[in-house]
Amino acid sequence: MENKQIIDINNLVKRFPIGDGYFTALQGITLRFVAGEFAGLVGPSGSGKTTLLNLIGSLDSPSEGSVVVLGHEVSRLSHRESAALRNYHIGFIFQTYNLLPVFSVYDNVEFPLLLQKRDAVGRRKAVMEALDWVGLSHKAQSRPAQLSGGECQRVSIARAMVKRPELVLADEPSANLDAKNSHHIIQTMKRLNRELGTTFLFATHDEKVMGYLDRIISLDDGRVARDERPLCVNEAQSDSTAEENGHARRQARI
Amino acid sequence: MLAVKLAFKNLIGAGLRTWLTAAVLSFAFVVTVFYNGLLDGWNLQARNDTQAWEIGGGQFWHPQYDRFDPFSLQDAHAGLSLEVQRLVEQKKLAPLLITQATAYSGGRMINVLLKGIDADQRILRLPTSCFKTDSVEIPAFIGRRMAAAMGLKPGDALLVRWRDQHGVFDAREVTIVQIFTANVPSIDNGQIWLALDRLQDMTGLHNQATLLVAATDHQTPIELSGWIFRPPSFLLKEFEEIIRSKKVGSSIIYGLLLAIALLAIFDTQVLSIFRRRREIGTYMAMGMTRSQVIGLFTLEGGAHSILALLLALVYGFPLLRWLALHGIGLPEVADAVGMTMGEKLIPVYSAGMVLFAVALVVVSTTLVSYLPARRIAGLKPTEALRGKVQ
Repeated sequence: MENKQIIDINNLVKRFPIGDGYFTALQGITLRFVAGEFAGLVGPSGSGKTTLLNLIGSLDSPSEGSVVVLGHEVSRLSHRESAALRNYHIGFIFQTYNLLPVFSVYDNVEFPLLLQKRDAVGRRKAVMEALDWVGLSHKAQSRPAQLSGGECQRVSIARAMVKRPELVLADEPSANLDAKNSHHIIQTMKRLNRELGTTFLFATHDEKVMGYLDRIISLDDGRVARDERPLCVNEAQSDSTAEENGHARRQARI
Repeated sequence: MLAVKLAFKNLIGAGLRTWLTAAVLSFAFVVTVFYNGLLDGWNLQARNDTQAWEIGGGQFWHPQYDRFDPFSLQDAHAGLSLEVQRLVEQKKLAPLLITQATAYSGGRMINVLLKGIDADQRILRLPTSCFKTDSVEIPAFIGRRMAAAMGLKPGDALLVRWRDQHGVFDAREVTIVQIFTANVPSIDNGQIWLALDRLQDMTGLHNQATLLVAATDHQTPIELSGWIFRPPSFLLKEFEEIIRSKKVGSSIIYGLLLAIALLAIFDTQVLSIFRRRREIGTYMAMGMTRSQVIGLFTLEGGAHSILALLLALVYGFPLLRWLALHGIGLPEVADAVGMTMGEKLIPVYSAGMVLFAVALVVVSTTLVSYLPARRIAGLKPTEALRGKVQ
C-alpha cells in the first residue's frame, strides 16, 4: 500500500482562455505521489495550486500532458466516469466547507454514501464512525449553521473520509480558521492519514499546515519550484514540534 | 430517494417563497378542477334532463325534418307503419307530430309550435296523462316559461290558428290543463303540447308523425324504413360544443393562474441555479453526474407541484366537496339564457378530469423547472465551486 503509485502527472500544462489569448496556469508539471503521503502544494495566490488540485480531482482536464489518478487518465474519462472516480475514490475538503445547509451534520456526512447507494445499516455505521474520528458524534443532528467554523470543517473532513477514499484533496482547509482550530483540523487529518493510510494532498499557503506536511511541493508561476520532504516531520512527531516547525519556517523566511 | 429528500429539504428551507408559490399553484389546481367540474356537471345535468324530457334514447326523424327550419315542418311528416305502431304500443317509441301555429293571447299574436304526443307514452317525462280528461274539448299543457311569457295559468283558454294538410287555416280554443316545470327550454318556449290524436284530427294528418322518440333503453332496430335515426350524441352536439367552447374560455382563467405560478417557479429555479453554484460544484465534486444534478434541481422545482397538491387537498377538497353536495344556485335570470340549465349547477369531478388537472400541474411545473436546470449541463465543476457566473 505504502509504495503504490496513486497519482502520476507528466508534463502537465493547463491553459485558460482569456480574451483572444490564453493564460497558462500550469506548465511542465511532472509529479508522482504514492499511497499514504501527506503532501502539500504551497505557493502564493495564482501559483496554480487549486488548478492542479482540480486536475487531480478530475474536476478539470489538462490542456497538455497527462494526469493519471488511481490508474485513470483523467482526460480520457467521460463525465460519468469522472463522477464515479470522485464518488468512490476521492474525498474533497474545501476552504468554505461547502456543507449543505438544509441537511443535518449526519445527513451531510451520509450524502456520499447515498450516492454510492450503500445500504442503510452500512451507512449508519460508516457515518457514526466518521463522526467519531472527528469528535462530532454528539452533534450529529445539528445543522451547519449551529456549528463553529472549526466544527464545520471537521464535518467536511468526516464527509470526505466516510467513504474511505484512497485520496483526499483539501483546498486551503485552514484558511477560514483561527490558529487553534487550524491545528486541530490538521492534526485530525494527520491522524486519519496515519490510521487509515489515506493519501492527503493539500493546496495551502498556511504556514501552520506546512509544519505537518511530509512533503512540500512549492509552485511558483505554474511551475514546480521545489519538491522537498522535511526530515523532522514524521508519524511520531508531536503536535508542538509541528507548530515549532511552522514557526521555524516563518522565522527562516524573515 | 436522496434527490427527493434533498429537494424537499431545500424547498422547505426556502420558507415563505416556497409556500407562496405552492399556494398560487394549488389555487390554479383547485380552480381548474372547479371550472371543469362545473362544466362537466352542467353537461351531465343537461344531458340527463334533455334525454328525460326531449330526446329519450334518440329520435327517428322524417327525412325532411330540420329542427332549425320551421318551414320544413309543412312536409316533414309520414304515416306510421305497422312495425312502428307495434313499437309504439310496446312503449318503445313515442311519435310526435309538429306543426306551426299562431296563438292569440291577451290581444297578442305569437308564433308557436303545436306538438302532438301520445297521452299514454312513458318515454318522456312530459305530463301527457293530463290529456285524459273529458272536461275540456282540447286539453293542452305548456311549460313554465311559455306560461310566464303569455300570462297563462291552468284553466285558461287560448285561441290557436293553424293550417291543415291542405293549407287551409282553422282556429280553435285549447284549454291549458297543466303547466310543467323543466330545465329544458327547447320543449317549453313557444310550444303548446296537445294529445297526438287530437292534433292529427286538427291537421287531418291521421296516423302521421314528424318524428319518433325512442326509449332510453330501446331495443328498436336502428334502421326504420322511411325514418333517419338521430342518436343522443347528434342531438346534443350543439350543446356539447357550447360546453367545449366554455371550457376553452375558462381555461384562460386557470391558465393565467397557472402561468403566474409557473413563472414564479421558473424565476426561483433561475435564481437557485445562479445562487447555488457552489452547491452544484460540491455535488459534482462528491460524485454526482451533471444529469443527476439537473434531475435534482428539476425535482426540486417539480416538488412545488406536490406541495401545491397537498395544500389543495387541505382547503380545496372540503370546498369542492361542499360545492358538489350543495351545488351553486343560479339566479332566475339564468332561465333567459335559453340553454338547459337547472336551478342549481352541481359540479361533477370525474377521476379522469382530476387526474388531468394533477398531470397538468405536475407536468407543467416539472417542465418549467427543467428548462433553467438544463444550464447546469454547461457548468464546469471548477467554475461552479468558485461560485463564478459563466
